[in-house]
Amino acid sequence: MDAVTVTDLVVDRGRRRVLPGLSFTVPAGRVTGLLGPSGSGKSTLMRALVGVQRVRSGTVTVLGRPAGSAALRSRVGYVTQAPSVYADLTVRENARYFAALYGRGARAADAAVADVGLADAAGQLVADLSGGQRGRASLACALVGDPELLVLDEPTVGLDPVLRVELWEQFHALARAGTTLVVSSHVMDEAARCDRLLLLRDGALLADTTPARLRADGRSDDLEAAFLNVVRAREGSPA
Amino acid sequence: MTTATTDRPRTTAAHLSPRLTTATAGRVLRQLRHDHRTIAMLLVLPSLLLGLLYLLWKDVPTLPGQPGTFDRVGLTMLGIFPFVVMFLVTSIAMLRERTSGTLERLLTTPVSRLDLLLGYGLAFGSAAALQAVVTVGVATTVYDLEVTGSVWLVVLIAVVDAVLGVALGLLASAFARSEFQAVQFMPVIVLPQFFLCGLLVPREQMAGWLQAVSDVLPLTYAVEALQEVGRSAEATGTMWADVGIVAGAALLALALAAATLRRRTS
Ligand SMILES: Nc1ncnc2c1ncn2[C@@H]1O[C@H](COP(=O)(O)OP(=O)(O)OP(=O)(O)O)[C@@H](O)[C@H]1O
Ligand SMILES: [Mg+2]
Repeated sequence: MDAVTVTDLVVDRGRRRVLPGLSFTVPAGRVTGLLGPSGSGKSTLMRALVGVQRVRSGTVTVLGRPAGSAALRSRVGYVTQAPSVYADLTVRENARYFAALYGRGARAADAAVADVGLADAAGQLVADLSGGQRGRASLACALVGDPELLVLDEPTVGLDPVLRVELWEQFHALARAGTTLVVSSHVMDEAARCDRLLLLRDGALLADTTPARLRADGRSDDLEAAFLNVVRAREGSPA
Repeated sequence: MTTATTDRPRTTAAHLSPRLTTATAGRVLRQLRHDHRTIAMLLVLPSLLLGLLYLLWKDVPTLPGQPGTFDRVGLTMLGIFPFVVMFLVTSIAMLRERTSGTLERLLTTPVSRLDLLLGYGLAFGSAAALQAVVTVGVATTVYDLEVTGSVWLVVLIAVVDAVLGVALGLLASAFARSEFQAVQFMPVIVLPQFFLCGLLVPREQMAGWLQAVSDVLPLTYAVEALQEVGRSAEATGTMWADVGIVAGAALLALALAAATLRRRTS
């Protein structure tokens, strides 16, 4: 079962063609990593998945429906790259508001706050949190809806290694419970934690692979080196 | 076949949910509650400014049989303050929602655009009600403002005016790309309505075309409604019609704001 099917997706932003025609699928109940250098179009693609990106042509089907359709909005959670929570509310108030939007109660909100390790900071204003804490508050506001598809734009930036590992464990726990996750990152050591990898470069899909296959194709156990080898091989070979 | 190619309005702004509207209003009020200085300013500033007007006209003699200038101007200002303040507060709040990314995120949740905008209207409308009770109370007791009709009608008109300010603020914020632009919409939207509402120059004495412009500006009707309450002990039909027009204009502006709020952006 595929949770997401993207066919010939073309997106222009300003005068630039950011995604020149992408096609791929995302398997359900897995963690799919979206990796690529800065400016390669990861956030643009994620915006298209959640239905807030104007697209030029192509289709994006999420959980069997067109991306962004009303019926999907209680089933898809989205965490933007920059934390998008209300700075003038406490962590708990933020989580409770988003919980209410998803039709859940205060208990679910408090659980989501605890899940991201912010139980002790629940009463603090988001404006008074550290950058990493703010990002986790933003994550909690998506987890609270218990979505079937979670789209996370660089959720682990600015986190210490311990927290990062904890969050990745949580992502996998969610996947085991059936949630589909699409997680973007531009650090290759996170790629190793994904079940599936989509490597993006200048809006084009460089590889639709798995960590094991990428190591084999790139002839290196180091994913970063393997990625670079794949890039060089592509650019060296005639089109 | 599923398709996501065009920007057709796939989700109507009209999917109203009272639950999500009140959740949003509650959230906006909670944000306000954390900002003590803004609350203090909302509640106290109109009374202080009205006090300045009171002192300005206190010793100016009036013609016998005519209402005092302060009674006329002060009463009108009770409708103009909430309109201006709520216009500004709302356009800034909505712009913040846009620039902080929370708007984009909200648009991916089950909340509809109309829920969101009505939530703002409900929240700032309630804040305006509190403001109006304080200001009208101070005006009639401390400054001896004479109102022939019921002061509760004055409060009602002030709240409807505030909601009009909220609705126009939401609409204006759709066209503002920065805080600088948003703030400058205030004089553009507010001042012409203030100049032409009949307070500075009675409407009968305006040039015909100015009167025609004044006829289509909602604040004109708010001011007329207040003057009706100032004059007659009983609520008049004209007053209710005026209140209806202002409320209708507010709803129209809200609907336009919902229509201009795009879910998909480039
Ligand atoms: N609002 C916009 N208007 C015009 N162009 C934009 C806009 N936002 C992004 N772009 C362009 O689209 C391209 C892809 O941007 P995107 O944000 O999707 O990259 P990204 O892979 O998420 O990068 P990063 O890792 O830095 O977050 C970039 O070249 C960027 O300049
Ligand atoms: Mg990005």
